[in-house]
Amino acid sequence: MAEGLDQWQFVIAAYAVGVAGTLSLAGWAWTAMRRAERRRDEARDR
Amino acid sequence: MHGFANPARFLRIARWLTPLLFGLGLLLAGGALAWGLTQVPPDRLMGETVRILFIHVPSAWLGMAGWTTIAIASLVELVWRHPLAGIAARAAAVPGATFTAICLATGSIWARPTWGTWWVWDGRLTSFLVLLFLYFGYIALAGAAQKDAAGGAGGSRVIAIFGLVGAINIPIINRSVVWWNSLHQPPSITMGKSSIDATFLVPLLIAALGFSLLFGGVVLARMRTLLAEIQTEARLRRKAIA
Repeated sequence: MAEGLDQWQFVIAAYAVGVAGTLSLAGWAWTAMRRAERRRDEARDR
Repeated sequence: MHGFANPARFLRIARWLTPLLFGLGLLLAGGALAWGLTQVPPDRLMGETVRILFIHVPSAWLGMAGWTTIAIASLVELVWRHPLAGIAARAAAVPGATFTAICLATGSIWARPTWGTWWVWDGRLTSFLVLLFLYFGYIALAGAAQKDAAGGAGGSRVIAIFGLVGAINIPIINRSVVWWNSLHQPPSITMGKSSIDATFLVPLLIAALGFSLLFGGVVLARMRTLLAEIQTEARLRRKAIA
Protein backbone atom coordinates (compact mmCIF):
# COMPACT_ATOMS: atom_id res chain seq x y z
CA MET A 1 0.00 0.00 0.00
CA ALA A 2 3.11 2.24 0.01
CA GLU A 3 2.37 3.53 -3.50
CA GLY A 4 -0.63 5.52 -2.29
CA LEU A 5 -3.00 3.85 -4.78
CA ASP A 6 -6.71 4.59 -4.55
CA GLN A 7 -7.93 1.26 -3.15
CA TRP A 8 -11.57 1.94 -4.04
CA GLN A 9 -10.72 1.91 -7.76
CA PHE A 10 -9.53 -1.69 -7.42
CA VAL A 11 -12.57 -2.68 -5.34
CA ILE A 12 -14.98 -1.17 -7.91
CA ALA A 13 -13.10 -2.80 -10.82
CA ALA A 14 -13.24 -6.22 -9.14
CA TYR A 15 -16.97 -5.87 -8.33
CA ALA A 16 -17.69 -4.71 -11.89
CA VAL A 17 -15.90 -7.75 -13.37
CA GLY A 18 -17.59 -10.15 -10.92
CA VAL A 19 -21.12 -8.74 -11.19
CA ALA A 20 -21.01 -8.28 -14.99
CA GLY A 21 -19.60 -11.79 -15.49
CA THR A 22 -22.16 -13.43 -13.20
CA LEU A 23 -25.16 -11.54 -14.61
CA SER A 24 -24.06 -12.21 -18.20
CA LEU A 25 -23.71 -15.91 -17.42
CA ALA A 26 -27.14 -16.08 -15.73
CA GLY A 27 -28.85 -14.06 -18.49
CA TRP A 28 -27.25 -16.12 -21.27
CA ALA A 29 -28.13 -19.46 -19.60
CA TRP A 30 -31.75 -18.38 -19.00
CA THR A 31 -32.40 -17.01 -22.52
CA ALA A 32 -30.67 -19.99 -24.21
CA MET A 33 -32.85 -22.34 -22.16
CA ARG A 34 -36.07 -20.50 -23.09
CA ARG A 35 -35.08 -20.42 -26.77
CA ALA A 36 -34.17 -24.15 -26.86
CA GLU A 37 -37.41 -25.18 -25.10
CA ARG A 38 -39.47 -22.99 -27.45
CA ARG A 39 -37.81 -24.63 -30.48
CA ARG A 40 -38.53 -28.09 -29.01
CA ASP A 41 -42.21 -27.19 -28.47
CA GLU A 42 -42.46 -25.82 -32.01
CA ALA A 43 -40.93 -29.03 -33.40
CA ARG A 44 -43.52 -31.03 -31.42
CA ASP A 45 -46.47 -28.95 -32.68
CA ARG A 46 -45.30 -28.83 -36.30
CA MET B 1 -30.03 -41.92 -8.17
CA HIS B 2 -31.50 -43.84 -11.10
CA GLY B 3 -34.87 -42.30 -10.20
CA PHE B 4 -33.56 -39.07 -11.76
CA ALA B 5 -32.31 -40.88 -14.88
CA ASN B 6 -35.71 -40.33 -16.46
CA PRO B 7 -35.53 -36.97 -18.31
CA ALA B 8 -39.29 -36.39 -17.85
CA ARG B 9 -38.99 -36.75 -14.06
CA PHE B 10 -35.88 -34.53 -14.05
CA LEU B 11 -37.70 -31.84 -16.06
CA ARG B 12 -40.69 -31.90 -13.69
CA ILE B 13 -38.36 -31.00 -10.79
CA ALA B 14 -36.10 -28.67 -12.79
CA ARG B 15 -39.03 -26.53 -14.03
CA TRP B 16 -39.78 -25.13 -10.56
CA LEU B 17 -36.26 -25.49 -9.13
CA THR B 18 -34.45 -23.42 -11.82
CA PRO B 19 -36.23 -20.06 -11.23
CA LEU B 20 -36.11 -20.67 -7.45
CA LEU B 21 -32.31 -21.13 -7.51
CA PHE B 22 -31.88 -18.11 -9.81
CA GLY B 23 -34.05 -15.87 -7.60
CA LEU B 24 -32.61 -16.96 -4.24
CA GLY B 25 -29.06 -16.93 -5.60
CA LEU B 26 -29.34 -13.40 -7.00
CA LEU B 27 -30.96 -12.16 -3.79
CA LEU B 28 -28.35 -13.68 -1.44
CA ALA B 29 -25.30 -12.92 -3.61
CA GLY B 30 -26.48 -9.35 -4.30
CA GLY B 31 -27.26 -8.76 -0.60
CA ALA B 32 -23.90 -10.17 0.54
CA LEU B 33 -21.98 -8.07 -2.01
CA ALA B 34 -23.85 -4.91 -0.94
CA TRP B 35 -23.11 -5.82 2.71
CA GLY B 36 -19.44 -6.35 1.91
CA LEU B 37 -19.23 -3.10 -0.03
CA THR B 38 -20.97 -0.84 2.49
CA GLN B 39 -21.05 -2.41 5.97
CA VAL B 40 -17.74 -4.23 6.46
CA PRO B 41 -14.87 -2.17 7.98
CA PRO B 42 -11.51 -1.90 6.18
CA ASP B 43 -8.96 -4.56 7.13
CA ARG B 44 -5.90 -3.63 9.20
CA LEU B 45 -3.45 -4.85 6.53
CA MET B 46 -5.38 -4.91 3.26
CA GLY B 47 -7.47 -1.80 3.85
CA GLU B 48 -10.52 -1.30 1.62
CA THR B 49 -9.37 -3.98 -0.85
CA VAL B 50 -10.49 -6.68 1.62
CA ARG B 51 -13.99 -6.22 0.10
CA ILE B 52 -12.78 -8.05 -3.04
CA LEU B 53 -12.83 -11.18 -0.82
CA PHE B 54 -16.63 -11.47 -1.18
CA ILE B 55 -16.46 -11.95 -4.93
CA HIS B 56 -13.01 -13.53 -5.35
CA VAL B 57 -13.34 -16.40 -2.85
CA PRO B 58 -16.82 -17.65 -3.93
CA SER B 59 -15.59 -17.54 -7.55
CA ALA B 60 -12.55 -19.63 -6.61
CA TRP B 61 -14.71 -22.20 -4.78
CA LEU B 62 -17.13 -22.42 -7.71
CA GLY B 63 -14.32 -22.66 -10.29
CA MET B 64 -13.11 -25.78 -8.45
CA ALA B 65 -16.64 -27.00 -7.66
CA GLY B 66 -17.45 -26.83 -11.39
CA TRP B 67 -14.68 -29.28 -12.29
CA THR B 68 -15.50 -31.49 -9.28
CA THR B 69 -19.07 -31.68 -10.64
CA ILE B 70 -17.71 -32.59 -14.08
CA ALA B 71 -15.50 -35.33 -12.58
CA ILE B 72 -18.27 -36.87 -10.43
CA ALA B 73 -20.83 -36.73 -13.26
CA SER B 74 -18.26 -38.23 -15.67
CA LEU B 75 -17.60 -41.10 -13.25
CA VAL B 76 -21.36 -41.75 -12.91
CA GLU B 77 -21.69 -41.64 -16.70
CA LEU B 78 -18.84 -44.09 -17.24
CA VAL B 79 -19.70 -46.56 -14.46
CA TRP B 80 -23.51 -46.51 -14.27
CA ARG B 81 -24.33 -45.20 -17.76
CA HIS B 82 -26.65 -42.65 -16.14
CA PRO B 83 -28.24 -40.84 -19.12
CA LEU B 84 -28.36 -37.44 -17.44
CA ALA B 85 -24.85 -37.59 -15.95
CA GLY B 86 -23.09 -36.70 -19.22
CA ILE B 87 -25.51 -33.80 -19.72
CA ALA B 88 -24.86 -32.60 -16.14
CA ALA B 89 -21.09 -32.71 -16.75
CA ARG B 90 -21.37 -30.66 -19.96
CA ALA B 91 -23.78 -28.24 -18.27
CA ALA B 92 -21.25 -27.47 -15.50
CA ALA B 93 -18.44 -26.55 -17.92
CA VAL B 94 -19.40 -23.00 -18.99
CA PRO B 95 -20.41 -21.77 -15.48
CA GLY B 96 -17.25 -23.38 -14.06
CA ALA B 97 -15.08 -21.65 -16.69
CA THR B 98 -16.84 -18.32 -16.08
CA PHE B 99 -16.24 -18.41 -12.31
CA THR B 100 -12.62 -19.50 -12.87
CA ALA B 101 -12.11 -16.49 -15.18
CA ILE B 102 -13.80 -14.16 -12.64
CA CYS B 103 -11.56 -15.57 -9.89
CA LEU B 104 -8.40 -14.99 -11.96
CA ALA B 105 -9.46 -11.47 -12.98
CA THR B 106 -10.52 -10.33 -9.49
CA GLY B 107 -7.44 -11.99 -7.98
CA SER B 108 -5.21 -10.07 -10.38
CA ILE B 109 -7.00 -6.80 -9.54
CA TRP B 110 -6.58 -7.57 -5.81
CA ALA B 111 -2.89 -8.51 -6.26
CA ARG B 112 -1.86 -5.14 -7.71
CA PRO B 113 -2.45 -3.02 -4.55
CA THR B 114 -1.59 -5.79 -2.04
CA TRP B 115 1.39 -7.59 -3.68
CA GLY B 116 2.53 -4.75 -5.95
CA THR B 117 2.10 -6.87 -9.10
CA TRP B 118 -0.79 -8.04 -11.29
CA TRP B 119 0.50 -11.61 -11.65
CA VAL B 120 3.14 -14.05 -10.36
CA TRP B 121 3.87 -17.49 -11.82
CA ASP B 122 3.50 -19.31 -8.51
CA GLY B 123 1.78 -22.62 -7.79
CA ARG B 124 -1.68 -21.28 -6.92
CA LEU B 125 -2.09 -18.81 -9.77
CA THR B 126 -0.54 -21.09 -12.39
CA SER B 127 -2.60 -24.15 -11.41
CA PHE B 128 -5.76 -22.01 -11.50
CA LEU B 129 -4.84 -20.74 -14.97
CA VAL B 130 -4.34 -24.37 -16.02
CA LEU B 131 -7.89 -25.05 -14.72
CA LEU B 132 -9.24 -22.35 -17.07
CA PHE B 133 -7.41 -23.95 -20.02
CA LEU B 134 -8.78 -27.37 -19.02
CA TYR B 135 -12.31 -25.88 -19.11
CA PHE B 136 -11.63 -24.44 -22.59
CA GLY B 137 -10.41 -27.85 -23.78
CA TYR B 138 -13.42 -29.62 -22.26
CA ILE B 139 -15.91 -27.17 -23.82
CA ALA B 140 -14.24 -27.49 -27.25
CA LEU B 141 -14.15 -31.30 -26.98
CA ALA B 142 -17.81 -31.49 -25.88
CA GLY B 143 -18.84 -29.21 -28.77
CA ALA B 144 -16.93 -31.34 -31.29
CA ALA B 145 -18.41 -34.57 -29.85
CA GLN B 146 -21.92 -33.13 -30.08
CA LYS B 147 -21.39 -32.48 -33.81
CA ASP B 148 -19.99 -36.03 -34.27
CA ALA B 149 -22.97 -37.48 -32.40
CA ALA B 150 -25.30 -35.69 -34.84
CA GLY B 151 -23.45 -37.50 -37.62
CA GLY B 152 -23.78 -40.86 -35.93
CA ALA B 153 -20.45 -41.18 -34.04
CA GLY B 154 -20.13 -40.98 -30.24
CA GLY B 155 -17.43 -39.14 -28.30
CA SER B 156 -19.17 -39.18 -24.94
CA ARG B 157 -16.69 -41.58 -23.28
CA VAL B 158 -13.68 -39.53 -24.42
CA ILE B 159 -15.15 -36.38 -22.84
CA ALA B 160 -15.95 -38.26 -19.63
CA ILE B 161 -12.37 -39.59 -19.41
CA PHE B 162 -11.01 -36.07 -20.01
CA GLY B 163 -13.31 -34.82 -17.20
CA LEU B 164 -11.91 -37.45 -14.83
CA VAL B 165 -8.23 -36.94 -15.77
CA GLY B 166 -8.56 -33.15 -15.44
CA ALA B 167 -9.70 -33.59 -11.83
CA ILE B 168 -6.05 -34.21 -10.84
CA ASN B 169 -5.62 -30.41 -10.96
CA ILE B 170 -8.17 -29.81 -8.14
CA PRO B 171 -6.07 -31.18 -5.20
CA ILE B 172 -3.00 -29.49 -6.77
CA ILE B 173 -4.81 -26.11 -6.64
CA ASN B 174 -5.98 -26.80 -3.09
CA ARG B 175 -2.53 -27.79 -1.74
CA SER B 176 -0.44 -25.45 -3.92
CA VAL B 177 -0.09 -22.78 -1.20
CA VAL B 178 1.12 -25.43 1.26
CA TRP B 179 3.52 -27.28 -1.09
CA TRP B 180 5.21 -24.27 -2.73
CA ASN B 181 6.32 -20.79 -1.66
CA SER B 182 3.70 -18.28 -2.75
CA LEU B 183 2.64 -14.67 -2.34
CA HIS B 184 -0.88 -16.09 -2.00
CA GLN B 185 -1.94 -16.62 1.60
CA PRO B 186 -2.38 -20.17 2.96
CA PRO B 187 -5.94 -21.55 3.40
CA SER B 188 -7.99 -19.33 5.77
CA ILE B 189 -10.89 -21.77 6.05
CA THR B 190 -10.28 -25.48 6.63
CA MET B 191 -12.63 -28.22 7.87
CA GLY B 192 -14.46 -26.72 10.86
CA LYS B 193 -11.86 -23.96 11.42
CA SER B 194 -11.50 -20.40 10.19
CA SER B 195 -8.89 -17.71 10.78
CA ILE B 196 -11.26 -15.05 9.35
CA ASP B 197 -13.04 -12.75 11.81
CA ALA B 198 -16.84 -13.14 11.97
CA THR B 199 -17.25 -9.56 10.62
CA PHE B 200 -15.88 -10.83 7.29
CA LEU B 201 -16.81 -14.52 7.58
CA VAL B 202 -20.62 -14.10 7.81
CA PRO B 203 -21.06 -12.03 4.59
CA LEU B 204 -18.47 -14.28 2.89
CA LEU B 205 -20.48 -17.43 3.68
CA ILE B 206 -23.73 -15.75 2.56
CA ALA B 207 -22.04 -14.66 -0.69
CA ALA B 208 -20.72 -18.21 -1.19
CA LEU B 209 -24.22 -19.65 -0.62
CA GLY B 210 -25.81 -17.11 -2.99
CA PHE B 211 -23.27 -17.70 -5.78
CA SER B 212 -23.57 -21.48 -5.26
CA LEU B 213 -27.38 -21.34 -5.66
CA LEU B 214 -26.93 -19.23 -8.78
CA PHE B 215 -24.36 -21.73 -10.07
CA GLY B 216 -26.88 -24.54 -9.44
CA GLY B 217 -29.56 -22.57 -11.30
CA VAL B 218 -27.26 -22.02 -14.29
CA VAL B 219 -26.29 -25.73 -14.38
CA LEU B 220 -30.00 -26.72 -14.34
CA ALA B 221 -30.75 -24.18 -17.09
CA ARG B 222 -27.87 -25.55 -19.19
CA MET B 223 -29.11 -29.14 -18.62
CA ARG B 224 -32.61 -28.11 -19.75
CA THR B 225 -31.09 -26.41 -22.82
CA LEU B 226 -29.02 -29.47 -23.78
CA LEU B 227 -32.01 -31.81 -23.22
CA ALA B 228 -34.30 -29.59 -25.31
CA GLU B 229 -31.70 -29.51 -28.14
CA ILE B 230 -31.43 -33.33 -28.10
CA GLN B 231 -35.24 -33.71 -28.11
CA THR B 232 -35.65 -31.17 -30.96
CA GLU B 233 -32.98 -32.95 -33.01
CA ALA B 234 -34.63 -36.35 -32.43
CA ARG B 235 -38.09 -35.04 -33.41
CA LEU B 236 -36.83 -33.35 -36.58
CA ARG B 237 -35.03 -36.56 -37.58
CA ARG B 238 -38.10 -38.71 -36.98
CA LYS B 239 -40.15 -36.32 -39.11
CA ALA B 240 -37.51 -36.32 -41.87
CA ILE B 241 -37.55 -40.16 -41.99
CA ALA B 242 -41.37 -40.44 -41.87
